[in-house]
Amino acid sequence: MRLSHAFIERNAIVLLVLALLTVTIGGIVEIVPLFTIETTVEHVQGVRPYSPLELRGRDIYVREGCYLCHSQMIRTLRDDVARYGHYSLAAESMYDHPFQWGSKRIGPDLARVGGKYSDAWMYAHLEHPRRLVPESLMPDFAFLARTPLETRDLLARMKTNIEVGVPYTKADLAQAEADLRAQDDPSADHSALEKRYHGAHVVPGNGHPTELDALVAYLQVLGTMVDFKDVTPAQERQ
Amino acid sequence: MPGKIEKDSVTGTETTGHEWDGIRELNTPLPKWWVYVWLASIVWGIGYMVAYPSVPYGSGYFHGLLGYSSRSHVAHEVAEVDAKRDIYMKKIAAEPFSAIEKDPRLMQVAEIAGASTFANNCQPCHGQGGEGRIGYPALAAGAWIWGGTLDAIQRTVTYGIRSGDPKARDSQMPPFGKSGMLKPEQIQQVASFVWSNFYGHPTKGEDIAPGAKIFAANCAVCHGPEGQGNPAFGAPRLASHVHLYGDFRAAIVRQVTDPRMGVMPNWNQRLDPATIKAVTIYVHDLGGGQ
Repeated sequence: MRLSHAFIERNAIVLLVLALLTVTIGGIVEIVPLFTIETTVEHVQGVRPYSPLELRGRDIYVREGCYLCHSQMIRTLRDDVARYGHYSLAAESMYDHPFQWGSKRIGPDLARVGGKYSDAWMYAHLEHPRRLVPESLMPDFAFLARTPLETRDLLARMKTNIEVGVPYTKADLAQAEADLRAQDDPSADHSALEKRYHGAHVVPGNGHPTELDALVAYLQVLGTMVDFKDVTPAQERQ
Repeated sequence: MPGKIEKDSVTGTETTGHEWDGIRELNTPLPKWWVYVWLASIVWGIGYMVAYPSVPYGSGYFHGLLGYSSRSHVAHEVAEVDAKRDIYMKKIAAEPFSAIEKDPRLMQVAEIAGASTFANNCQPCHGQGGEGRIGYPALAAGAWIWGGTLDAIQRTVTYGIRSGDPKARDSQMPPFGKSGMLKPEQIQQVASFVWSNFYGHPTKGEDIAPGAKIFAANCAVCHGPEGQGNPAFGAPRLASHVHLYGDFRAAIVRQVTDPRMGVMPNWNQRLDPATIKAVTIYVHDLGGGQ
C-alpha cells in the first residue's frame, strides 16, 4: 500500500492523522520558543512597576495613540544609540502591558525621554507643540490639562496589571490613591512614594492631578529606571 | 476520482488522472529553476541556523557558530567609530578651551560635533539657531543669564539649572507679590519703572519715581542698580532688548508677582565631557559668546 495522494484522499483517518501531524509541527515551532521567553529578559537592577500616577499616564499615552508616532525602542543600531542613548533592554518593558515599542517614528523615540526636558517644557510642549518646536507635526493636547484625572478605577487598573504579572503588593494597592496624589504635589511628603516607587518624578500639580500631570509623570520616568553603570555586558548579552 | 494517468496528446504533459465531465487537468511540473532555488534556500536556511542564533531550548538558545549577537555587533560598531573620533575628542576633553581655540582642526571637529548635539538636545527649548523661546533663553543674542564665557556655558550645560544635580546653578527670585512683600500697586509702579527705564519704552507718569525707589530697595541687589543683571545669581539683565519672558509689561508684573524659574537638565547624565565641551564651543559661537 503506497502512501500516495490518491490513498490519503480516500482514507479519512489517515488524512486526519497526517493533517494533525503537520499542524502539530507548525505549532511546536511557533509556540515552544515562547516557553523560554523568561530567559530572554535580562536581570537588571532598577526596573519597578509604574507608580499609580505613571500607570494612569501610561493609559493616557495609549488612549491618545502616542505609540502611533513615537516608538519606545532604541534599536541595536549605532545611529539609534548615538541619538537616543543605550539600546532598550527587554527588562525595561517587563511591566508594560502591552509594551509600547511602536513601529513608527513620525516623532522621535521616547524610550529615554525621561529627564531630557524640564517639566515646564513637557507641559508647554504637550499643550501647544508648535510654540516651542515650530516644525512639529504633533497635535495639541491642551485639553489634557483641563481634564481631571479619573481615579475611581485606579485599583481596578492596578489589579488588572497584577493579573498579567505585575507585582503590585497589598500595600501598593492600599496606598495607591495617596501615592497618586503625593506624586502630583511637590509640597507633599514623598518618602513613602519614593520607597515604593524609586525615582518617581514628582510633577508640579496640586494633589488633584489632571490627565496631563499623569502623562508628564509617565514620560519623565521613561528610560530612567536602569542605571547602566550597574549593568554588565554579560547581563546584556544573556 | 483519479483514473488513468496519461499523456496529453497536444502538450505532451501528463494529466492528473482526474476527470470531471470529460475534462482532464494537466499536471504541469514545477519549473526546474524554481525547484533548484527552493532546494538551495533550504540548504541556505540550514546553514543560517547553524551559523547564527536559532533554536531555543530549556534555559537558553543555540548561539550559532559565528557567535553573533546584535548587541555585541552594535558595541563593536560604536567602539570602531569612537576610536576614530577619539583622536580629536580626547584632545578636546583634555585641553583647556584656550588651547582648543588655537587649533583650527579641533575647532572644526567641535563645531560639527556640537551642531549635531545641539540639534538633538538643545534645539527643542532654545530653538534652531539658539534664538530662544518665551521662558527659554536666547543663546545667540549675548543676553546671558548665567554667563556667556566658555567656562560658564560649560558649567551650565554640565550641571544644569535647578536640575537637582548637587552642582546645579540655582537661585530663587522671591515671589514679591504672592508673599505680600509688595502690594499690587507697588508692583505696577516698579513694572512701570522697569518698562520705561530698562525695556526701552520711555514713559512719563507718577508711577516712575516710586517705582525707582522700590526697584532700588528690592530688585537692584540682584539685577543691579542699572538693571545690568548679575550672572553670579542668574539675575537676568533687564536693560536689554532680549527678555526671557517676553517684551511685555504684563510679563514684568507676572514675574514680580509670582516668578517663573526655569529648569535646565544636567547634561552630565546624558553627554560625555568631551561632547559637552564641543556643544559649549558651538553655543558660544552662535553669536553671543563672551
